[in-house]
Amino acid sequence: MLKEIVLLMLGSILINNFVFAYFLGTCPYLGVTDKLSSSLSLGAATTFVMTLTAPIVWLINNYLLVRFNLIFLQNVTFILVIAVLVQLVEMFIRKTSPVLYRTLGIFLPLITTNCCILFLAILIPIREYSLVTSLFFGIGSGLGFMLALIIMAGIREELSLADIPPSLKGAPLTLILAGLIALSFMGFAGLL
Amino acid sequence: MNEKTATLKKDFLFGLWQNVPPFRLMLGLCASLAVTGMARNSLAMALSVAFVLIGSNVAVSALRRFVPDSVRIPVFVVIIATFVTIVDLFLRGWFPPLSKAMGPYVPLIIVNCIILGRAEAFAFKNPVLNSLLDAVGHSLGYLWALLLIGCIRELLGYGSLFGIQVLGAWFQPWVIMILPPGAFLTLGAVLGFFNLVSRRR
Repeated sequence: MLKEIVLLMLGSILINNFVFAYFLGTCPYLGVTDKLSSSLSLGAATTFVMTLTAPIVWLINNYLLVRFNLIFLQNVTFILVIAVLVQLVEMFIRKTSPVLYRTLGIFLPLITTNCCILFLAILIPIREYSLVTSLFFGIGSGLGFMLALIIMAGIREELSLADIPPSLKGAPLTLILAGLIALSFMGFAGLL
Repeated sequence: MNEKTATLKKDFLFGLWQNVPPFRLMLGLCASLAVTGMARNSLAMALSVAFVLIGSNVAVSALRRFVPDSVRIPVFVVIIATFVTIVDLFLRGWFPPLSKAMGPYVPLIIVNCIILGRAEAFAFKNPVLNSLLDAVGHSLGYLWALLLIGCIRELLGYGSLFGIQVLGAWFQPWVIMILPPGAFLTLGAVLGFFNLVSRRR
C-alpha cells in the first residue's frame, strides 16, 4: 500500500506531470509565471483545491452517480462540484486567514476554470482509484503543477533582462522553454 | 439595414484574424497542444469546440434577459457542460476510435476559456444573430489555428497529412514532434512567427 502511494506520488509529480505531459493549466502557466511569488501562491492554492477535489469527487461518483446509474451526468456534476468547492474554500480562507486570502487574491476564483482540476476529476473514475489513492493522486498532481510553475518562474525571472527577439517575447518564449523543460522531464520516464 | 449588415460582418470577421483564439487571446491552449499530434484529431477537436461554442453562444444570448447578473457564470457553465456532454456522447457512440484518441480532452472543452470568454464578453450583451456569427467566426479562427499546428506536427512527426503519407521514404520522422515537447515547441514557434507577421503589417 505504502509503496503504491509513493510510486503514484512520484509518478504524478515527475513523470505524468500535468503541465509537461498532459498540457493542462497552460493558460495560468503562461499568465502568472513571470513572478516567483505569484507562482508560489497559485501553485499552493491549486494543490489545496486538488487535494480536496479528489476524494470528494470519488465519493460523489461512487455513492451517487454509479449507484443511481447517472454516469452520463459526470461532466456536469464534476464542474459544479469544483465550482462549489472553490467558492467554499474561498469563503473559508477569507474567514479564517485574511493574510493567506490576500496572498492568493484573484487566483482563488480562477482555479475553477483551471483544466487541471476537471482533468483530475475525470481521471479518477477512468483509472479506478480507491478513496486513499485518489487523495494522494490529487496531492501529487497538485505538487507537480506547483513544481512546473516554480521552475518556469525561476527561469523567466532570470531571463527578464536578457536580449531576446521582440516577436518571441512573452508567451512564445515561455512555450519554447516549456518544450525544453518537458524534454528534460521525459528523462524521468525510466525512473519507475 | 446596411449598417446592420456591416456590424454582422464585423462580428463574423473579428474571430477569424484579429482575435484568433489561441494566438491572440492565449486561450484554449490546453486543447491546441494536447490533441494536435495528428491533423485528423485537430479537426475533430476544432469541430467539437465549434459545436459547443455556437450552441452555447446562441443559448446564452437567447437567455440573456432571463438570467440574473449575479448567477450568470454558473448558468454559463451548466449550459456549456450540457453541450459538451452531447458532443462527448455523440463521439463515443459514432466515432469510438476518435473518442478514444482524444480521451478526457473532450470533457475538458467545458473549461476551455474561449467558450466561457465569448459567453461573458459577447453573447451575454448581444442579440442572437450577432452572437451566432461571433461564434462561427471564432470557431473558424480556432479551426485554422488548430489545423495549422496539427498539420505541422503530423508532417514532421510522421511524414503524413490526415493519415496519408506525403513525404517519401527518405524522410526521417522527427519523433519529438508527436511527443509533448514538440507540441510546446511548435506552438511557441508558430506564435513567434505570428507576432513577426503582425508586427510587419
